[in-house]
Amino acid sequence: MIESRALDYSFDEEALGFEAPPRGAGVARTLGQGLAVAAMAAGFLALVVVWASGWMRGSWLGLFLSLGLIATGGTATFYLRFAGTVPGIRHDGVVFGSATGRGWIGWGLGLVITGFYILLYWFPQTLEGGVHLVDPLSQILAGKGADHWFLYGLLYTLAVWVFGLRMFMKYRHNRYQQVRTASVMIVQLGLSFVLPNLLKAFHQPEFYFSYFWPLKWSYLWPGDFGIGWLVHHPSRVGLWMVIFGAGMSFVATPVLTYFFGKRWYCSWVCGCGGLAETLGDPWRQLSSKSPRAWRLERVSIYSVLVIIVVTTVLLWIDYAAGHPVFGAAAPLLAKWYGFFIGAIFAGVIGVGFYPILGSRVWCRFGCPQAAVLGLWQKLFSRFRITTNGDQCMSCGNCSAFCEMGIDVRSYAERGENIVRASCVGCGICAAVCPRGVLKLENGTTHADRFYGADRPLDLLISSALRGPDIPFERRD
Amino acid sequence: MHTVILGNGITGVSAALRLRTLDPQREITLISGESDYHYSRPALMYIFMGHMRYQDTKPYPDSFWDQQRLRRVRGWVVGIDAQARRLHMHGGESMAFDQLLLATGSKSNKFGWPGQDLPGVQGLYDLMDLRLLYENIRGVEQAVIVGGGLIGIELGEMLHSRHVPVTFVVREASYWDNVLPAEESAMLNRIIRDAGMGLRLQTNLQEIHAGADGRVAAIETDDGERIDCQFVGLTPGVSPNVEVVRDTAIEVGRGILVDDSFHTTVDGIYAAGDCAEIVTPGEGRNLLQQVWYTGKAQGRVVGEVMAGRDAHYRPGTWYNSAKFLDLEYQTYGQVGFHLPGEKHLFWEHSDHRHALRIVYTDRGVVGMNLMGLRYRHRSCERWIEEGRDVDYVLDHLEEANFDPEFFRRHEVEIRGVLRGQYRDQRARGAAA
Repeated sequence: MIESRALDYSFDEEALGFEAPPRGAGVARTLGQGLAVAAMAAGFLALVVVWASGWMRGSWLGLFLSLGLIATGGTATFYLRFAGTVPGIRHDGVVFGSATGRGWIGWGLGLVITGFYILLYWFPQTLEGGVHLVDPLSQILAGKGADHWFLYGLLYTLAVWVFGLRMFMKYRHNRYQQVRTASVMIVQLGLSFVLPNLLKAFHQPEFYFSYFWPLKWSYLWPGDFGIGWLVHHPSRVGLWMVIFGAGMSFVATPVLTYFFGKRWYCSWVCGCGGLAETLGDPWRQLSSKSPRAWRLERVSIYSVLVIIVVTTVLLWIDYAAGHPVFGAAAPLLAKWYGFFIGAIFAGVIGVGFYPILGSRVWCRFGCPQAAVLGLWQKLFSRFRITTNGDQCMSCGNCSAFCEMGIDVRSYAERGENIVRASCVGCGICAAVCPRGVLKLENGTTHADRFYGADRPLDLLISSALRGPDIPFERRD
Repeated sequence: MHTVILGNGITGVSAALRLRTLDPQREITLISGESDYHYSRPALMYIFMGHMRYQDTKPYPDSFWDQQRLRRVRGWVVGIDAQARRLHMHGGESMAFDQLLLATGSKSNKFGWPGQDLPGVQGLYDLMDLRLLYENIRGVEQAVIVGGGLIGIELGEMLHSRHVPVTFVVREASYWDNVLPAEESAMLNRIIRDAGMGLRLQTNLQEIHAGADGRVAAIETDDGERIDCQFVGLTPGVSPNVEVVRDTAIEVGRGILVDDSFHTTVDGIYAAGDCAEIVTPGEGRNLLQQVWYTGKAQGRVVGEVMAGRDAHYRPGTWYNSAKFLDLEYQTYGQVGFHLPGEKHLFWEHSDHRHALRIVYTDRGVVGMNLMGLRYRHRSCERWIEEGRDVDYVLDHLEEANFDPEFFRRHEVEIRGVLRGQYRDQRARGAAA
């Protein structure tokens, strides 16, 4: 007989969900953990006081008591959270957590970050208190007082470092994660924060070596729209910077992507990627894995790429002709691109919506750099994620924790290699796989990754005509 | 032609997909009393631990089933009329079939312990058990898990993630040592204790006692010890779920008896996966395979058979994998089979979290165990199938390593240690 318990079972798993199970007696928070949280809280309090009242503003003490305490307390909190555990995947309760599972804390954080970006872009004067707070550091680095971009750069770098150290602890059994996290932390601190400010201090052009066209569109836009000030900079270094940037865009990108895949940039160098991989890590599971999201992704990311290429070409035609060939079209496009794509998409939605839409919204749906790298990766690269025999048991951890919304499982359970334009090679799928089924690899050729990989041009054309090759729609 | 598949687990679904591929016109119905959609049973633990939502454990989007024209029916089949080719459902409906695949999986063992049906005592196999677990661990101060196997340690990990203190009561002298060699098994003992869980070895459950409220209050072991607990997980393995074919013409042994094409003793009715017992004439013991991979492989073959092909299940080189808390495990070939003349080479890292075992006979390497190391399935399988000798395998270990980039590689150390052991064993063999 079938048990009555089974016969009576009618729980709707999806609609009702499996809530957080009851907790046992549990482990009490240690004194150290309490102190770390207290330090962080004191830092936030100090931040509000210094920011709002002006007391200690512009002093080192004010800076240490606020941002210093927050960063130290935050790092200590993360350190202690993982220090007492056995190294391994620690995703317990990610789904249930209010901060990580779209609860009220998540929505609140989303509002705060979104609000910060709106103030930063359109009402920077409201951030004056914070700007003066970081003055002492700006004086040392850049040789002058801070502006709101300096404040933003410092907060960004702190976030990458504090959450980067969290990644170090969380993945202390996984050297791939550690090496890659160290890379984005060092690039962010060195190339995206210290160096540009030092350049200012030495009266050189403020230049970010870790960004280039099309992500940093102005590094290849002509005249006043972009590189004019670099080319004409009295220090003469500017011209070399432009040449460096062009070299990264057109030489380094295809070459490095051929050998290592898109990951050399997206999860090792890029600042946006760096923030997503560190600050964004707690929310990576929120990215949508639906086929609809994939269709939207293809339309939106390549649209942005087309817009930025067209805008750039039009600007150069205007520039070469010495007069507006297309009327006001090119400057208007340039302005709109900066507003809608640069500010709203990349900043407000891209980062502000981390706790709601996951950590790579911009990288997945918008970034033209990711689009270019992705095309190279899909068509002409040695990189692939391989599947270990027939050992996938379809649990779904890989797909769930893919920040790019790739349904990794749909390939793994068929024993296929995963070669997707959007894959940033973060390696989390391989890390969370409980059966060791996935491995990121650079092969010896691009041609053996999947059927048809030896004919990249055919692939490009057929893929453009046919739409996404969604595995479960395939009739084999 | 209407093919009905009873059970939407990995075997039933693998069969349905294979059949759909081979026969686009076939009318196919999947019946399950447990869930509307196929989900990954091994992922149950991740739902509970909060790594994933239930919907994340479904390998296919809901739209998939209509696209593939696979009809899903939710309900319990309570009777099979093999003669009239009809299924009778709980609730009174019935359904006609031309072909029937029984993929009913297995059910948790219970060995007739006094008190095994008390409230607060349960196994862990399906969504009903998972739901029940939520109710059963409310307010639990101590949990006991009886039976040391894969599901036992998973249940332990689940409870541990909710800070419920766990003690294992295990019949064997060392955890899962009926499958694992002593050294690997000792690694499990260690990680269980390192995680702060209790482990009573060589201990048998005698009786489960109820408290005043009628719920479980304690267990008693065969050495007379009483462990107070408010929850008991029974995980002493699973056996084929054959309830539905009882009192039918379909013959049953330990499982539903089938040939190597999964035909039962009744024409047009098939059985595969956990519930099937494959009769292997001339090979002695029948084949009863109850892991995910064999369920998937058997499902594919029976799908071909139901499509009219002449297909036979030929289990290749055995493999399996698991994760015990944070320790990954892979096995290839014949480890723990006690083959005549087998010898073992074993390396274990000083951190007790990485180990590799090679089993060899005169025929060459026959099996490998890996703990905390990922090795390529295809490489290990090829070595075993080609009958490579120990020297060859040791020379080519790097080729098989499947650990992520930048991971510390142990192959040089492994080769040194195992080569020494191998030399000693051969010297001893020559001396004897």
